[in-house]
Amino acid sequence: MEDSRRRFLKIAGIAALGMGTAPVIDAVAASGGHGAAPHMRKGDDALTAKQWGLVIDTTKLDHEKVEHIIEACHSTHNVPNISAAKVGQKVATRHEIKWIWETHYHNAFTDLRPQYLSEDVEERPFLVLCNHCEEPPCVQACPTQATFKRPDGIVLMDFHRCIGCRFCMAACPYGSRSFNLRDPRPFIEKTNLAFPTRTKGVVEKCNFCAERLAVGQPPACVEASEGAMVFGDLEDPHSEIREVLREHYTIRRKVSLGTGPAVYYII
Amino acid sequence: MLEYAIKGDKKYYGWIAILLGLIGVGFGFYLWQLKFGLGITGLSRDVSWGFYIAQLTYMVGVAAGGVMVVLPCYLHDYKAFGRITVLGEFLAIASLIVCMLSVVVDLGQPMRVLNVILHPSPRSMLFYDMLVLNGYLFLNLIVGWNVLQAERNGTHYPAWVKPLIYLSIPFAISIHTVTAFLYCGLPGRHFWLTAILAPRFLASAFAAGPALLVLLALIIRKVSNFDPGREQIQTLAKIITYALIANLFFFGCELFVAFYSGIPGHMDHIKYLFVGIHGHGVLVPWMWSSMALMVLALILLIPPITRQNEGVLAVACVMLFIGAWIDKGLGLISAGFVPNPLHEVNEYLPTFPEVMITIGVYAVGALVLTIFYKITIGVKEEVRA
Repeated sequence: MEDSRRRFLKIAGIAALGMGTAPVIDAVAASGGHGAAPHMRKGDDALTAKQWGLVIDTTKLDHEKVEHIIEACHSTHNVPNISAAKVGQKVATRHEIKWIWETHYHNAFTDLRPQYLSEDVEERPFLVLCNHCEEPPCVQACPTQATFKRPDGIVLMDFHRCIGCRFCMAACPYGSRSFNLRDPRPFIEKTNLAFPTRTKGVVEKCNFCAERLAVGQPPACVEASEGAMVFGDLEDPHSEIREVLREHYTIRRKVSLGTGPAVYYII
Repeated sequence: MLEYAIKGDKKYYGWIAILLGLIGVGFGFYLWQLKFGLGITGLSRDVSWGFYIAQLTYMVGVAAGGVMVVLPCYLHDYKAFGRITVLGEFLAIASLIVCMLSVVVDLGQPMRVLNVILHPSPRSMLFYDMLVLNGYLFLNLIVGWNVLQAERNGTHYPAWVKPLIYLSIPFAISIHTVTAFLYCGLPGRHFWLTAILAPRFLASAFAAGPALLVLLALIIRKVSNFDPGREQIQTLAKIITYALIANLFFFGCELFVAFYSGIPGHMDHIKYLFVGIHGHGVLVPWMWSSMALMVLALILLIPPITRQNEGVLAVACVMLFIGAWIDKGLGLISAGFVPNPLHEVNEYLPTFPEVMITIGVYAVGALVLTIFYKITIGVKEEVRA
């Protein structure tokens, strides 16, 4: 009696388990190898590379052109303009968001420190932005892989995964990253609906216009630079950018740190 | 044992009420921060970590300092510390809670914090920091609770606790080492880019942690019938003295390397802290006070005649604790960001809401500590009665 009840329970248990798992097995069997899972495909016009890079010919730039370039980038990417006029100088400096901006030679190349710099270079505007490093310290630092390096070399951010710990900002030796210390949306003059706005509490930076490359367009800054900036595949010896690099002497920012910046400057 | 936490006199409940009040105020400011963003703090694009992360750094040290009673007791069989190991362990728990809350209030998107577990990133030091902080917290909770319970029941703690005690020792070292690795592995932040950072963190931890423990022991003796013991306090004082000497020595090594080599990147941040650069130097008076406090504390700690006087010892411990706090909790983090990577100087000072939130966080730690110590004292008094 005791024995047969135990056997009944055992059989019933196994049967229940079998009925329970059957649909799971079916589901796994159906999805395996038939390509039913969603699949991301690059667009037909997408521009591709092994390591995107940028050359900035500083001899061709002046303040006016530089401003135009910055405006092109920031309006494309909904970068807020948290200006002194709206929040006061102190707060504006603290809360500022910038993807590409103008600085001096001394600030861009802090490790070079020439004592006597040519007057021309002294006054020349220098554009600085994310260097999309070969060995990005920010990617290494990120605890959630919200910052990652794509196979085409672009260091990209997932604004929805970022927890706002700002480890990447400490890790970046170029000061290329900004943090949304407040809601940026009220400071966007005209929202570009083709690109997401950000929320408070996440980090952001230049994305080498990954969204434009995907549809076959060059980065907004390059387009606005009217030939002063050349964008292309650094690993393709036949690319235009490599041609430019063969013809000109160029320097990069803080190469001694071993990060391998992909932005080159013609001085 | 939890019943001890609710059996208290008016003074006990008064203190709890004060702490709850501070927590409430801090939480109110935190709600504001949650609504507006971290913009209500003094943080900026250039100084992206500040007061909150500095408190993490400092309190990790206090937590790690707890091992200075556990290690002599269990590895060197120094029996006298058996009386106070639980105090060290519970101090570590309260400190770790302050650490973790400091990280949470620093996050821009705290509701996404579990992404750290959802998308584990073994190349990120923050990932390991999360592991060791949580590991050390649970080790101390399990060990401390079981040891105390055994003491109450007049038995020996279960055998399985012993390996956990041994494990907690390397964990204590690791929490502060990994926290130093958050900073010292970053290229381009020359102030932190030094191999001595982790050892220096440990040295200041083993000074500040036991210093706080000495002060707490003196308070416990005053407010309860449990005496942590004169010998115990004196041994801690010696540990504090050696650790403080090591801390100042390591800092001296730092100064030598920076200024003898004369490499600007290494000198700039130290100059910013102690003399200011380009006319900016909000931290200068603080840093000199910090150094003065630590050196004076050392002068009081080295001669046996002053160290053995518990009143003087208490003064030295307070000076040391404040000095080390200014060094790590105020200077160390923000100075790493000034000047910024483009050699521009944008200074940082915490704002009022930021300080209030931090006080709230510390109040949570103090509340946890009070409750755990209340239970401990209850058990100790009962056992002796």
